[in-house]
Formats: sequence, structure tokens, C-alpha cells
Amino acid sequence: MISKNESFSDALSAEKKVVFVAKKDLPALFDSLWTNGFRILGPTLGEGAIVYEELNGVGDLPIGWTDEQEGATYRLKKRDDEALFGYNVGPHTWKKFLFPPKHRLWSAEASTNGLEITEEKQVIQKFAFIGVRACELKAILIQDKVFLGGEHVDPVYHARREDALLIAVNCTQAGKTCFCVSMDAGPRAESGFDLCLTEVLKEGEHYFIVEIGSAQGAEIMANVPHSNETREAEKAIQTITAKTAKQMGRVMDTENIQSLLQDNFDHPRWDDVASRCLTCANCTMACPTCFCSTVEDVTDITGDHAERWRQWDSCFTLDFTYMNHGHARTSAQSRYRQWMTHKLSAWFDQFGTSGCVGCGRCITWCPVAIDITEEVSAIRENQTAAKPTSS
Amino acid sequence: MSESLANPLLPAPYRVLRNQRNTHDVFTLDVEPVKKGNSPLFSPGQFNMLYIFGKGDAAISISGDPTKEQPLRHTIRRAGVVTQALEQVKPGGVLGIRGPFGVPWPVKEAEGQDVLLVAGGIGLAPLRPAMYTLLANRDKYGRIALFYGARTPEDLLYLSDLEQWRGRFDLQVCVSVDTAKRNWMGDVGVVTKLIAKASFDPSNTVALVCGPEIMMRFSVQELKKNEIKSGNIFLSMERNMKCAVGFCGHCQYGPHFICKDGPVFRYDQVQSLLGKREV
Repeated sequence: MISKNESFSDALSAEKKVVFVAKKDLPALFDSLWTNGFRILGPTLGEGAIVYEELNGVGDLPIGWTDEQEGATYRLKKRDDEALFGYNVGPHTWKKFLFPPKHRLWSAEASTNGLEITEEKQVIQKFAFIGVRACELKAILIQDKVFLGGEHVDPVYHARREDALLIAVNCTQAGKTCFCVSMDAGPRAESGFDLCLTEVLKEGEHYFIVEIGSAQGAEIMANVPHSNETREAEKAIQTITAKTAKQMGRVMDTENIQSLLQDNFDHPRWDDVASRCLTCANCTMACPTCFCSTVEDVTDITGDHAERWRQWDSCFTLDFTYMNHGHARTSAQSRYRQWMTHKLSAWFDQFGTSGCVGCGRCITWCPVAIDITEEVSAIRENQTAAKPTSS
Repeated sequence: MSESLANPLLPAPYRVLRNQRNTHDVFTLDVEPVKKGNSPLFSPGQFNMLYIFGKGDAAISISGDPTKEQPLRHTIRRAGVVTQALEQVKPGGVLGIRGPFGVPWPVKEAEGQDVLLVAGGIGLAPLRPAMYTLLANRDKYGRIALFYGARTPEDLLYLSDLEQWRGRFDLQVCVSVDTAKRNWMGDVGVVTKLIAKASFDPSNTVALVCGPEIMMRFSVQELKKNEIKSGNIFLSMERNMKCAVGFCGHCQYGPHFICKDGPVFRYDQVQSLLGKREV
């Protein structure tokens, strides 16, 4: 839930902030969510990957599965245990629920009186996201700034985000394209969640340490059998996430990154990356913070009914910068530079935060394995084009 | 979260009162809200998104007089699908309009100073509300000059305004065209050449510039040559725009969203980007 003005620390006064839930009691969490009117969305096997879809029970989770990731590579693999969350992030992001890939904004009728425009009603069964990783949680908070944080509020995002319950999961392992540590976005979910689970599989035991982050989270947990022994919980979470932090497959040096990219607009590396980049837009579709969209206006066969649809768009398409006198960014160089400079530099100017959370999706899902961390290093190591900013 | 939950993506119906031709490819639409009530107040330099049924919408600057009660006015150059359709709209037709959006010209901040308006082509349209405001408050400003360049005499907009403005003794109006027949008695050449003709106090002058990007770049050079400070030069930028409120990402220009951080920028905000290709 988006934190309201209520002080949830007060509401929680009677509750422990950390509890233990046995694996066998996890179905009670699902029941509690359903009882409270939530639609449960989370990771499940599909399309040869771990994707985010509606879950009809704990059994829909990818139990005993993991993923292996590298640049342009994603493979599912069986684990030798029954972990529920023993994998990293897949091709889907939660933005597909909060900012659907294609949706109608309004409809219009041509009438004798001219034009009647009807706003699309946002009727949403409130979402419970289960399995939100720390990097993804940060990505949601970043998109909150884009769609809710300015003078105008996006009605589509707002309606979906307002009542969404976020159940985070701390990563117990990192993938080869992960670099959330570099982006200060994980592996531990620090805040912004309603509940946060840490999965523990140890000496024949299988349970979850559950941190309660909001009054709503506490309400959900009230119906879930749990033990209140919180001793050692904090230490256990720290131990597990510290181990994950050491496994990061990628590293990005973010020092002065905002000015680094601003100052290297003419760096030869842009030509180099453009010689590999297919401008396919996969990175932007897989990115949990990329928010660009376009609209399409359609009419039916009678010509009296028109609709406006909005759908995800990408700065990698030529059409993105079309104006009547030409396109602003025609070359692949300029489009890759726009994406990466926006993500790692302009985002700070616009929203006071990096646009990258180190989830690694753009590396895994790039068909030619372009690696944003490698591109940053290449520019950093050879700043021949850079001019001193102080002049 | 913001308290304002009005849907900024939803157009309101406006009835077309008049569709007046300015030149062979430029026309002016006067519109008023279909529902009772006045047109929203706007500031010089702001724009609206004009939707025509089933075709789409386009960002169009508001070109009317903000100091008078009058219909909302947009001067539009026919360029793409939407503007072609808008050109065909007849009085009584209904459009969808969202807005006004964007950062306006700093006309209030320019009080007490000399003001130069530099317009290229359709760039005069977003500057006209600024001129109306300056003239409605004439005694608050020093010298005022308009430099306006068009392709040919036939492409000149707002001839009656221009004639009236040229008749005033408290306003300098210089017009130049790229090419003309022998009956043209005015200047021929780029608009930037006109700037040297003006008399103004460079240390106390604000310049408002709108036109094609290349024309604005050369105008800035000329203004700087005349010792006008970077912080006193303002440009109105243009990019592809879908939402007009910072959600769609299309109009990004370096760190700026043209729609909400602009379209009017102080020159030093965009200085480092202007000369670069494919920003």
C-alpha cells in the first residue's frame, strides 16, 4: 500500500514487527489475502521462464525451480530443494500490472451535438504482489515518482497502485546479471513493503521470517499462524542477504555517474555499442522503471465511435522522436545513448534518483548481450571525449 | 500523493467558432468550451493538446490575447495527419482539448526591461500572446522590438496585427523574408540580421525567441554578439509529444521534459544541448 498519513507504528503497537511462519502455513497467507479481497499475483512457471501471473495457490509458485542467467541467456533449472523463492528476477516486471502494456484511456462518440468523451473507469480488484524483490520494490517506488509524484497524477497507475499490497521477498541468492548492491537497491528489502519474507531452508526446516511493514500487512498476518519468537531473526536476515550481496554477478561503479554520462555525449563508445545494438527495445520492455508510452487513436467501422489506447513505447524506436520535419534521433548511437544517459543520469535531474535498480534484466534479455555495466566501465575508463565540467 | 486527481489525459469538448485562413498552409481556429463556462486562463507561451475525432492530437501553442475575454485561439500550420484534419474543421465542429500546459514566457519577470521578440515562421504564434501582454502593459516595459522572419511575403502571419504594430511609435517591428518578388519593399534575408537594427540596452534586455531550432541557435549567437546575457534569452523548444504532462517520455531533451519543464527554457538551461546532434 502507498503509505497513508496513518502512523502504522502505532497500529502495530500490539504486534511484533517480525514473526516466523512455517512453510506449511503459507497457504493461510494466501487465504488471508483472498479474504481481504486481494487478487494474488506472483512468480510462476510460464513461457519457459519464471513470469508474474495470477496465483491460485502456493502450488503455483515455481517450487524447486531456479534460473541461470547471463548476458542474452536465461535457463530454468531444477533445484535440489523445495525452495519457493530460490531464483532471481525473470522477464516480467510488476509494471505490467501497475501500468498495463496496453490499455484504453477513453472512448469518444461523435454525436449530432459534436463529441462526447467518456473516461475509462478504473475498476480494479486490488492487487497483492507476492515475491517482490528488493530491486523491484525500489523500481516501484521510482515509478511512483514518475506517475504520482508530479503536478499531475496518472489515473491508470494510481488506481492500480493505490491499494496494491506489496509482499517482498529477500533474495537468498544472486544471479550472474545482478548488481543491485551497486545501485543501493538490494538485496535486502529495506522499506516500502507491507510484508517481507525471508525464506529459510536449514537442517530439514523450511520456514519464513516475516517482517511486517505496515498496518495492512499486520492485518493480513493476523490470520496466518505464526510464532512470535523474534530472537535471532534480524541476524538471520542479515546473514542470508549478506551472502547474497557477495554473489552479485555484475558491478557498476556509480561514482559521479550523472556527470560522467553528461560529459561524454560524444564518446566513441556510443559508436561501438551501436554496432552491436539491434534497437529492438527489449531492454526497455524488460526494465522495471522504463515508463515511456505512446497512444493510438482508433475508430470503429461506423466511424462514430473512437477510442484512445495507450501502450508501452521505447526510446529505441525511430518513431519515438518523430516530428513533421524529421526524427530527432535517427542513429542507433543516439538512441542507445538516450536510453542509458536517461537511465543513469537524467533520471537524477528529473526524479532525484537513479533510474536503474541493478536488476540485470536489460543484460539478460538483450539478444546480443549488451551489458550496461560494461558500457559504463568502457566510458569511465577512456574518457578521451570528456571535457572538464568546471570550465 | 498529490491531491489533484483530475485526469490530465482526458480532453474536454470545444466547439469551433471560426476557422480562418492565414496563409496557404496556416489557419487559425477559435474555439470555446461546449459545456458552459469560460475558456481556461492561459499564460503567453503555453500550449494545448488538440484532439480531432479518431485522428489523434497535436500540441498547438495558444496564440490569442490573454488580456482579453475572447475565444481560445490556435494558429496551426498544416503538417501532419492531425493538423490536416484540423484544417478541414468547420464552424460548429467539435474538438477535444487538454491544457493549457507548459512553462510560459517570462513576461512578468521582464517588466522594467527592454524586450526583444524574435520569431521565425509559425514561431510568431506562441509569441503573439506575449506581445499582446506587453502592449496591454506598455508603460511597464522599456523598448519593445519584434523581429519576424518568414519564407515569403505570402507566408507572413497576422498581417492586420503587424500593420497595427508597425503604426505605433512605441514599438519597433522589423520583418524579413527569405525570398520575395520585386514588389516587396522590406528586408530580404535571415531574421537574425535584423537584430543589429534594433536599439536596446543589452544589460537590461530580455529576448524571447521562437522558431525552427536552427533559427533559434543563430538568433542566440546574434543576441549574444549584442551582449545580451544568456540568462535573459528564452527559447521555446519543440519535440514529439503524446501526453503533455511528463508521463509518456517522448519529449525528453537531455534532462528536460519539453512539456512540463518547457516549452519555454532559459537559454542557459539548454545551452549545452542546442548545438548537439540527435539529443
